[in-house]
Amino acid sequence: MSNAESDFPKIVTAGADAILVYLGEGIDPTVNDRVMALTTRVGESLGDKLYDLVPSYNSLMIYYNVLSLSEDELREQVRQLVDELAQNGFADNASAESTLHTIDVYYDSSVGPDLERAAEQTALSIDDIIQLHTEQEYRVYAMGFAPGFAYLGELPEKLRLPRLDNPRTKVPAGSVAIAEAQTAVYPSASPGGWNIIGRTAETLYDPKADNISPMKVGDRVQFKAVSKEEFEQAGGSLESLS
Amino acid sequence: MMKVLDAGMKTVVQDFGRFGYLSKGLTRGGPVDENAFLWANRLLGNNFNAAQLEIILGGLEVEFQQDGCFALTGADADAHLDDEPLTLWQNFEVKAGQRLKIGYAKAGLRLYLAVQGGFQVESKWGSCATVERDSVGGLSGDGSALQSGDSLRFHCDTPQPSRRVSWAYRSDYTKTPVLGLIPGYQYDDFPMSAREAFCYEDFEVSKDSNRMGIRLAGKSLETPEKGLVSEGINIGSVQVPSDGQPIIMMHDRQTLGGYPKLGVINPVDLGKLAQLQPGQKVRFTRVDASVAQQQLRRFYQFFNVRLPCQGGDNLRS
Repeated sequence: MSNAESDFPKIVTAGADAILVYLGEGIDPTVNDRVMALTTRVGESLGDKLYDLVPSYNSLMIYYNVLSLSEDELREQVRQLVDELAQNGFADNASAESTLHTIDVYYDSSVGPDLERAAEQTALSIDDIIQLHTEQEYRVYAMGFAPGFAYLGELPEKLRLPRLDNPRTKVPAGSVAIAEAQTAVYPSASPGGWNIIGRTAETLYDPKADNISPMKVGDRVQFKAVSKEEFEQAGGSLESLS
Repeated sequence: MMKVLDAGMKTVVQDFGRFGYLSKGLTRGGPVDENAFLWANRLLGNNFNAAQLEIILGGLEVEFQQDGCFALTGADADAHLDDEPLTLWQNFEVKAGQRLKIGYAKAGLRLYLAVQGGFQVESKWGSCATVERDSVGGLSGDGSALQSGDSLRFHCDTPQPSRRVSWAYRSDYTKTPVLGLIPGYQYDDFPMSAREAFCYEDFEVSKDSNRMGIRLAGKSLETPEKGLVSEGINIGSVQVPSDGQPIIMMHDRQTLGGYPKLGVINPVDLGKLAQLQPGQKVRFTRVDASVAQQQLRRFYQFFNVRLPCQGGDNLRS
């Protein structure tokens, strides 16, 4: 690791039964690869003493059973695992099982109330916005906030917009949104402050299904523009924002 | 069976919570006053995880349609079995046809009603805990609260010896609680003024509080200048958004977030916060993580809490 990275791992207390391990700073695919590699190794090596693991952009939250481990023991073991991984360049486990998900999106003002303003603010045409949003793959940097909510990055520079000043009280399920360097799909109707540019018919959280979500951290997502007809045929709802 | 005649303000089914799914964004749920919940199960000789009812403010009326044994803990409210007044924090035998009526809380906010053997409610992802915002858990499995007319199944076993919780173990919900803050997360990034103010000033519980978070009103805390990318949030985390008014994350919290956090409330103290009514005051004091860990260990051992730890496979996000 380079000098700038010698501050890592940085481990902080996150309660009586959790620690947070930082492996770098900001939104960076290399850092996120390390987080995923560590998530796998910690799970393999300490799984029976843990009750949850939550990887995010640059950190891994480790929830442990206080009856089987002390914080000091856990910190020591995590440091060892990071050292081992760093020696082989974190290469072994990272992105090994990454799946590519294609998400069909109907980009239109009727379901994307911020699309026109986004065009004005970015000085792009709506077609340019659609092209920029669909032409690259995004990485799932984190899952969370709500079930099935995937934080996707990074958005092309030209598409970056601030969050809304006043979050909406209800954003319909399937809304495709952008904010700063990130993009995401709202799996369920929820409050939200991101700019909504379209909608997908795909179900990203189904409380009746076996699996909570088809996506996991380290997966990739590509959006594909579809017509109103295709969107409706796939079961998409044109319900307007309330 | 036990039939709900009046569901009161709001009554939800809770077991100890859903573990192992935070990496998919699914929160834990479970009782926000774990102490009162675990006592109710202990009074009946139940497994720590047996499903109970979490009753907000009271007002619940039920009819038992079979014999059994129940216990009621938590907030201080008048309760009657038919016309007989009941004392809380105690177990009782009940005969088919008897009605239990719970009045409104005079102190505290939540009551826990357990039956011997626990309510038989279908589990989803390892738990029947009701999480309204995730549309999961509860009697109908969709995260909804109980409705009048609902019936809950339970199996009654052999009668239990009469037990009650000694006064020493009950919380006095009329008092201003002092909760331990385990410094952590971005604690060192907060200005000294904020760290000091959090532990020297009183805060008031705001009415915009729920099972996701308890909002506090008080002296506005200065926040760190450095921005944060989203990271894991533990139950009890003290988030400080830019308006400087802390929010303490409870059992239905979002699993990730990007606000700076001063630390985490000692988990054995958190139930006292969950019992505060809007407008009540609360105070904080720093506690060492090692002290809180020792207390949590003793708490789990005393109530025989066995966390569902999983092998590596389930934890690989």
